[in-house]
Amino acid sequence: MLKAIGIDEQAELSKVPGQEGNRIDTGTKPIVKYTGVTKSFGDLQVLKGIDLEMQPGEKVAVIGPSGSGKTTLGRMLMTLEEPTEGTIELDGELLWHTHEKGELVRAGEKHLHRMRSNVGMIFQHFNLFPHMNVLRNVTEAPRKVLGLSKEEAEERAVSMLGKVGLADKLKMYPSNLSGGQKQRVAIARALVMRPKVMVFDEVTSALDPELVGEVLEVIREIAEEGEMAMMLITHEMDFAKEIADRVIFGAEGRIVEQGTPEEIFDNPKSDRLQSFLQRFRSNGI
Amino acid sequence: MPDSWIDFLPTLLKGAEITIVVAFFSAILALVVSFVAGLGRLSKLWIIRTLTAVYVEIFRGTSLLVQLFWLYFALPFIGIELPKMLAAILAIGLNFGAYGSEIVRSAVLAVPKGQWEATVALNMKPWQRLWNVILPQASLRMLPPFGNQLVELIKSTSLVYFITMADLTYQAMVLRNNYISWTTEILVLLLLMYFVIATLVSLAVRLLERKLTAGRL
Repeated sequence: MLKAIGIDEQAELSKVPGQEGNRIDTGTKPIVKYTGVTKSFGDLQVLKGIDLEMQPGEKVAVIGPSGSGKTTLGRMLMTLEEPTEGTIELDGELLWHTHEKGELVRAGEKHLHRMRSNVGMIFQHFNLFPHMNVLRNVTEAPRKVLGLSKEEAEERAVSMLGKVGLADKLKMYPSNLSGGQKQRVAIARALVMRPKVMVFDEVTSALDPELVGEVLEVIREIAEEGEMAMMLITHEMDFAKEIADRVIFGAEGRIVEQGTPEEIFDNPKSDRLQSFLQRFRSNGI
Repeated sequence: MPDSWIDFLPTLLKGAEITIVVAFFSAILALVVSFVAGLGRLSKLWIIRTLTAVYVEIFRGTSLLVQLFWLYFALPFIGIELPKMLAAILAIGLNFGAYGSEIVRSAVLAVPKGQWEATVALNMKPWQRLWNVILPQASLRMLPPFGNQLVELIKSTSLVYFITMADLTYQAMVLRNNYISWTTEILVLLLLMYFVIATLVSLAVRLLERKLTAGRL
């Protein structure tokens, strides 16, 4: 269903407006770096000091019990949630802050807008635009944000919708699609923006069990292309084990354990992770 | 003496013309004000929120008739003399704009939070979020209450009679003074004419609603 992005398209990638001057040769530099990040909602501290790095193209699965703060972790990267303390770097540049007279200050919308062009996100509840058909959902941001012409945007959208297996649904409205189809449109919509990092926030949690497979299949094929770093916040343990380069287990606002899928799932070290995995298995999920 | 009630129609229609002109322009003003004040109340800046809240509370909290008197009879004493038509349009437009702003505000708030988040994830600029994604969805929710308000507005234009504008109600009253024995017929005609105008308008709003929701909800 998915084919690798060709050389031509890669060259085009660097011409995307809004990304000029923003492309730094990454080499081995992390694409994402959390340093001492905390997040509080009122009195409730959901993240209690996160240090985390992701390499370009790396697939990182984030697992943990609900309420562990893993969704908040992803939402901060998408600039939907502001860190209370600490900093996040994206492609070597501060995401939420700028330096002013040697002081670290909260960045304005202009800075956030420039930084955001590197990140995309897929949501649990799809969040498709109900007043636009499938094609328009996918072309809206390339046209309005990247400044592509209608023809360029549609070409890009049609090819991406083809990759997720929805080439025949261009004129349909979201309300006439199944959950799995909606989520695949949402994936195409985020992919046409060509981010360097994509956050997948429990993207199969709202789906009927029989529709989970088709969405995971699409994500698997994106992962195989390998160019985009992916943060997979998920409850699908088997899936995490299969496609992640690294698995992070978080609980009560901290990273408790991290390692390769084999280390995490076959040789869990901490008691917290052992009991979490046991509960998961005994529930048969 | 008129031969039948038909003879009243030309005079009443002349009045209806004024009624429609006042209703048309004050509805446009009310619509613009509704959006400006409704979005103003959702502004990030407290000064804009406060100013619009004060406007809304003042115009909702006092009677339209008093506002009309104020614009037409009181303003000249501080050196501002408005033509009748302008005073009428301003009073009705600002009054209904205050109510309308609450419709806009609540419709925008009713758009699911996920829609805002999707616009951020796609890196839209704040005005693009509002204009391309939020308002098109909110507008659909606004249509039925706006339709209601429009009918209410048309009927309330009869208050301009009190600043002696020659609208539908005014003409009916003149006719009644001249032909007192025809009072019943004249007032039935007056009711009917408001009813026809209001019905046509609500029908148009419903058609618009159906057209806008076609195929997508």
